[in-house]
Amino acid sequence: MSEKKIRVLVAKPGLDGHDRGAKVVARALRDAGMEVIYTGLRQTPEMIAEAALQEDVDVVGLSILSGAHMALAPRILDLLKANGQTHVKVFLGGIIPDEDLPRLKEMGVTGVYGPGANTEDIINDIRGALAEKA
Amino acid sequence: MTLAASILAGDRLSLARLLTQVENDSPEGRAALTDLFPHTGRAHLVGVTGAPGTGKSSLVNQLALHYRKQADQRVAVVAVDPSSPFTGGAVLGDRVRMRDLSGDPNVFIRSMASRGSLGGLAQATAGMVQVFDAAGFDVILIETVGAGQSEVDIARLAHTTLVVEAPGLGDDIQAIKAGILEIADILVINKADRPGVENTERALKSTLELAHPAQRVFRHHGQYMSVAVDLPIDKQMWIPPIQKTVSTEGRGIPELVEAIARHAEHLRSSGDWAARERARLEVELEMLIQEALVARFSASVPPQKIQQTVERMAKRDLSPWEAANFLMNGASE
Ligand code: B12
Ligand SMILES: Nc1nc2c(ncn2[C@@H]2O[C@H](COP(=O)(O)OP(=O)(O)O)[C@@H](O)[C@H]2O)c(=O)[nH]1
Ligand SMILES: [Mg+2]
Repeated sequence: MSEKKIRVLVAKPGLDGHDRGAKVVARALRDAGMEVIYTGLRQTPEMIAEAALQEDVDVVGLSILSGAHMALAPRILDLLKANGQTHVKVFLGGIIPDEDLPRLKEMGVTGVYGPGANTEDIINDIRGALAEKA
Repeated sequence: MTLAASILAGDRLSLARLLTQVENDSPEGRAALTDLFPHTGRAHLVGVTGAPGTGKSSLVNQLALHYRKQADQRVAVVAVDPSSPFTGGAVLGDRVRMRDLSGDPNVFIRSMASRGSLGGLAQATAGMVQVFDAAGFDVILIETVGAGQSEVDIARLAHTTLVVEAPGLGDDIQAIKAGILEIADILVINKADRPGVENTERALKSTLELAHPAQRVFRHHGQYMSVAVDLPIDKQMWIPPIQKTVSTEGRGIPELVEAIARHAEHLRSSGDWAARERARLEVELEMLIQEALVARFSASVPPQKIQQTVERMAKRDLSPWEAANFLMNGASE
């Protein structure tokens, strides 16, 4: 029997075309042994929640550099809940002002990362959050 | 409600979760597959294989769109990408080309990493396809990167296998020859908008003329099984047609879908559909029996006994044949 792999959806919601960060993170997670489903640019919250369900992921990673995170993140969290995916951990990266952090955490975002974030930290935080749950 | 029951009732979350269990070959997964098995055998399984970048995912996207719009068929997609042999991780990017399919509850896309194990991948894919089949999907599209034995196994899983080529990538006649006719039911030249289509077509045609298998030979883990069908030979002949497509625009897709339907019709009328099914089930049974026998042996023979026997072999006290006999007889005591 094969071990349970960590499955992560990396998605870019909204209209911004900054995809370097998402790709850097996707590759780092792959190199850490995770299975990363990459969906590409311009995903609606509905598309992201649907993909998360079909792929039965443990983690949804959002990359938002457009400033629209306070509109997009809660919508995606709501849809995940509505689909019964309450166990899914949501991580967020991009251009996220510090003053938004408390509200994002309150909504249920597990981790938030900005420019220059160390991918080792992201990997450890994902593993930690999933171990907590188990 | 059991996982299997909620899947039969149409619950998508249960479907997604069972696919994970089956992929991980868990006891829950096996139990549910047993419950679902009587409900399988209805779907048309279509394999899509070929080199990276030939446009398989784009083609799957177009095929699924067509099946949804023209025939209102429920479509499932299993998209397999390689795992990194070093880290075991994977980036699965096929969904990027399938965004047109989102928002349709009658389409279900599942990405899958190859996870490196040869027989394991084919077994997991077969299991996942059974789940989709039982869940009532009419067409199941299986995308794999065309290389190696595991892809051949997956191609054999499908009723109809499309081998995708593209100009500029597979122009090399040698590359085209490499075993594809063994698995191709339909040859697709995608990217027909690109220069060099004629070269690719010529190469494929000459390959087709060189060799054409009149009888299907199923190979699985080194074992050959040929399927003889009790019908006049002319009825068994299927010459793979060459279809040209432009997946980015949807050109050639209706013609390709028609060719797929013709192939299904051929399989049914020649008796090959049932023959393939039986060959596949026989291989599956064999694999499971081998697994079970090895497990039974390991459970009944203590490791020390094996070590002692190896010692005796090293001293030339027992030949390998004698040693195997000795342990096998001990195992059945
Ligand atoms: C490169 C860049 C571009 C490139 C993008 C190329 C590409 N394909 O990605 C180009 C030139 C195209 C571009 C265009 C624009 N840009 Co620009 N761009 C940048 C720049 C300089 C760097 C971004 C980058 O690639 N960083 C490298 C990656 C690796 O870092 P990262 O994305 O931050 O990712 C890290 C973390 O955030 C985190 N992370 C990111 N995603 C995720 C996901 C998960 C799951 C996790 C866990 C972590 C995580 O981990 C990563 C690794 O450390 C930033 C400024 C900056 N310093 O960030 C501006 C910036 C993002 N751009 C900006 C703007 C305004 C634009 C334009 C609108 C400019 C214009 N008026 O035309 C356009 C919009 C283009 C579009 N279609 O959306 C603004 C955004 C302002 C805001 N949000 O309030 C910024 C912040 C510049 C600024 N200071 O004003 N841009
Ligand atoms: N010009 C052209 N490009 C195509 C066609 N089909 C796919 N592509 C492009 O080829 C690249 C690879 O496509 P993809 O479907 O991901 O290929 P896969 O790796 O075989 O699954 C993408 O950039 C597609 O947009 C086509 O018919 N014509
Ligand atoms: Mg692909």
